[in-house]
Amino acid sequence: MIKRLSSGPYLFWMLMFVIVPIVMILAFSMVTVTSGGDWSFSLSNFSRAFDPIYIAVLGRSLKIALEATFICFILGYPMAMILAKMPVKYRTFSVMLFVVPMWMNFLLRTYAWMTILGKNGIINGLLSLLGLPNVTFLYTEGAVLLGMVYNFLPFMVLPIYTVLMKMDQSLVEAAEDLGGDKRTVFRKVIFPLSIPGILSGVSMVFMPSVSTFVISNLLYGGQYMLIGNLIEQQFLVVNDWNFGSAVAMILMLLILASMAIMNRFGGGNPEERGANLW
Amino acid sequence: MVNKWMKRLYTVLIFGFLYAPIAVLAVFSFNDSKSTAKWEGFTLDWYQSLFQNSLIMKSLYYTVLVALIASVVATIIGTFAAFGIFYMKAWKQKVILNVNSIPILNPDIVTGISLMTLFVALNMELGLLTMIIAHVTFCIPYVILSVLPKFKQMPSEMLEAALDLGATPWYAFRKVIFPEIKPGIITGALIAFTLSIDDFVISFFTTGNGVGNLSIAIYSMARRGIKPEINALSTLMFIVVLVLMLVLNKRTKIEEI
Repeated sequence: MIKRLSSGPYLFWMLMFVIVPIVMILAFSMVTVTSGGDWSFSLSNFSRAFDPIYIAVLGRSLKIALEATFICFILGYPMAMILAKMPVKYRTFSVMLFVVPMWMNFLLRTYAWMTILGKNGIINGLLSLLGLPNVTFLYTEGAVLLGMVYNFLPFMVLPIYTVLMKMDQSLVEAAEDLGGDKRTVFRKVIFPLSIPGILSGVSMVFMPSVSTFVISNLLYGGQYMLIGNLIEQQFLVVNDWNFGSAVAMILMLLILASMAIMNRFGGGNPEERGANLW
Repeated sequence: MVNKWMKRLYTVLIFGFLYAPIAVLAVFSFNDSKSTAKWEGFTLDWYQSLFQNSLIMKSLYYTVLVALIASVVATIIGTFAAFGIFYMKAWKQKVILNVNSIPILNPDIVTGISLMTLFVALNMELGLLTMIIAHVTFCIPYVILSVLPKFKQMPSEMLEAALDLGATPWYAFRKVIFPEIKPGIITGALIAFTLSIDDFVISFFTTGNGVGNLSIAIYSMARRGIKPEINALSTLMFIVVLVLMLVLNKRTKIEEI
């Protein structure tokens, strides 16, 4: 009896504040308000989302999130390898230094780039010191990309680092003993074994990048830039909750789809995948 | 040898990239001008005006208040829930854990707007209460995920043994189960607390009425442009985080020994 009762409040809470709200959003997205104020079922919110303007927003979100993920991977993988191979006495401290910026408030980290890239920021200050003309960095797509890479780089490095640390070193040694040169060992043993870490890094960078509205709002400005901005604007500015809900549903589906793709590539736990190597 | 230097250079460059923005903010928080490009002399004025800024001070209070209440409520609900879930049939467990992962996997903005929609539909005024409810909602799943494994590590007969020996269920929970799952509860509570302190997106949509946390205050100030007080604030926050991490690092090392 007590076993059953003890999860009661939780079940109620999840039903009330997780399931009901999502069902409400789903319902909102499939309803339109007619001029008379009546509600009627329709999928017009979704067809509206396929308007070229909004398709462009969706495309831009995907493109910039993929770019950020790719750059984080390229920058992060070597860093994770260097961290994993560091002598113990430097390693703990270095990993800690990697975590510290992550614990700083996300908005402060983004704000820092506003001051650096701004018209009167330090980069333009240095440029004018050298007698070069000022450049606008802030309020460009590049600034948003930079903000994403800066904010999410540790999310890529840490999972890869963890996998590399847990990796069975005897496999690497065996490969070396069997005559594999450094490149072959990396290509055939280390890299395949680190794929689970890469996958979780990729999803931890891609998901917040594709759904953000903060980075784009601060570093690009208030226009409809990314899908997150679109949702925020529909709910807080335009007050078209039905269309906003439809876009939110699309974002949810996008995330679910990308997770399904990840699972297909990943599948199972790291140990099993290590076994598949042979 | 070249390889070693390449590695060092790369490490320095990446850490430079991570810390340069924080360093720039820190240096210019002492600048005697609003500029973040030109050094005009040393001052502590921005720190003083930070502590006199009632918006920031009020939001600091709300941040801590909400994080404390939300993490305590989420930890209590989550711990008891994990107890119940552990003894459920396998299929029920699976369904519940799937629902449990919704708030973790869903983008924050979707969680935020869906809760906002619910609160508005229930005619609840957006403010402190709705913000706390929202925070509890996104914290509970993490508490479950840190407490449930501890139940799984516990010998499954322990509860039965205690009950057979005449303990009341509540007594058995306190004396037998609780000590076993305590590390999980502490981890869960800490995760909940940090998530709550750090949250922006969900709070942004579920609060109103002049109630807001630090993130919301920073956002609304940053949208209006550069504010030297924020430089001072980030410097202080950086120092707090750094000290906290150093202390935690030292403590875990001692425990390892």
